[in-house]
Amino acid sequence: MLANYGYKDGSGDYFITIDTGKCDGCGDCISACPNGVLEIVENEFDPLEGGQIAAVSEEHRKKIKYSCAPCKPTSGREKLPCISACEPNAITHSW
Amino acid sequence: MSQEYWRWKEYNWRDEKIDWKAANTITAGVDVGSVSSQAVVMTDGKLFAYSNMRTGSDSPDSARKAMDWALEGTGMKLEHIKYVVGTGYGRVNVPFAQKAITEIACHARGGNMMYGPTVRTILDMGGQDCKAIHCDERGKVTNFLMNDKCAAGTGRGMEVFADLLAVPVEEVGELSFEVDEEPEPVSSTCVVFAKSEATALLRQGWPKSKVLAAYCSAMAHRVYTLLERIGVEKDFAITGGIAKNVGVVRRLEKEVGMKPLTSKYDTQIAGAIGAALFAKALLEKSRK
Ligand code: SF4
Ligand code: SF4
Repeated sequence: MLANYGYKDGSGDYFITIDTGKCDGCGDCISACPNGVLEIVENEFDPLEGGQIAAVSEEHRKKIKYSCAPCKPTSGREKLPCISACEPNAITHSW
Repeated sequence: MSQEYWRWKEYNWRDEKIDWKAANTITAGVDVGSVSSQAVVMTDGKLFAYSNMRTGSDSPDSARKAMDWALEGTGMKLEHIKYVVGTGYGRVNVPFAQKAITEIACHARGGNMMYGPTVRTILDMGGQDCKAIHCDERGKVTNFLMNDKCAAGTGRGMEVFADLLAVPVEEVGELSFEVDEEPEPVSSTCVVFAKSEATALLRQGWPKSKVLAAYCSAMAHRVYTLLERIGVEKDFAITGGIAKNVGVVRRLEKEVGMKPLTSKYDTQIAGAIGAALFAKALLEKSRK
């Protein structure tokens, strides 16, 4: 399942997508993220299966454009820390 | 006291034909939203009773009141219910629930029962946010997107607007079509801006119906941009309070180019229905 967190505003689309089918809840992205944007939560989307998955924390959902800005320099951009940390490639960013 | 135009009708319902004492599994779902709360009681997976009311300032209290009201006159007591799932914004504050489940999963599950297994896209237009959900034929979420950035395009926004124009909120939809031609949408659906914009239009002599038309189409458009991002797969359905507002629904259906499915169930109880269905599945799992 794809869980999209974020918003769209006049300047663009700002979404972090977690593929819960790939995410194994290892938590590597959480330690890699310098700004505490991600957290591990119970998989409530599939309550009969359960398990743990990564999610964008409530606090950051409405401002991820700004929360993630330090990781996204306008030039000479490297792979984002959260994406590099995630072995199963469960994380994507829309911008 | 002046009339409260935003106040929609609270009510409870039950199926008189069901003898709950003969049921094997009695489960319930309680959806405590930011604006409204619903309690749904199911006997063997069938809708037995429910209530739909305003959320008070205290979540546990709202959950209790909704449940009491659903059970009123049925002879059933809370202790007869074997599994309760809480959902919605106040889901962790349902004191008598065994489990809390996100409203996203519950709307998909509830929508699957309300609209049938062909529904693939569910748009939940709730009190304080808006969610676009894709699900499979079993009502399992496959993709979702939530817009909680501001109260625009939500039930609360509509209530504020109804009050401002002194039009009962349940009549907004119909009245918004009493215009000769469709006006330009208001430029912002942000509650604060839309309010001042509407006040200015009224001062310019616009009739209420025209102002409402402009607001409903702005709301429809805003929600459409959200849907656009995940795409609208057939069949399409709308849950939540705004699903009852034809002013928004018909304008949205034009933008989407697809008619939403209708249901014999109240669109506001989708989350609570889903929660009660999960309660049944979890109860059966625990009995195995
Ligand atoms: S881009 Fe940076 S701040 Fe944003 S989630 Fe990834 S690691 Fe965290
Ligand atoms: S690193 Fe990837 S797999 Fe691990 S918790 Fe984060 S998103 Fe999930």
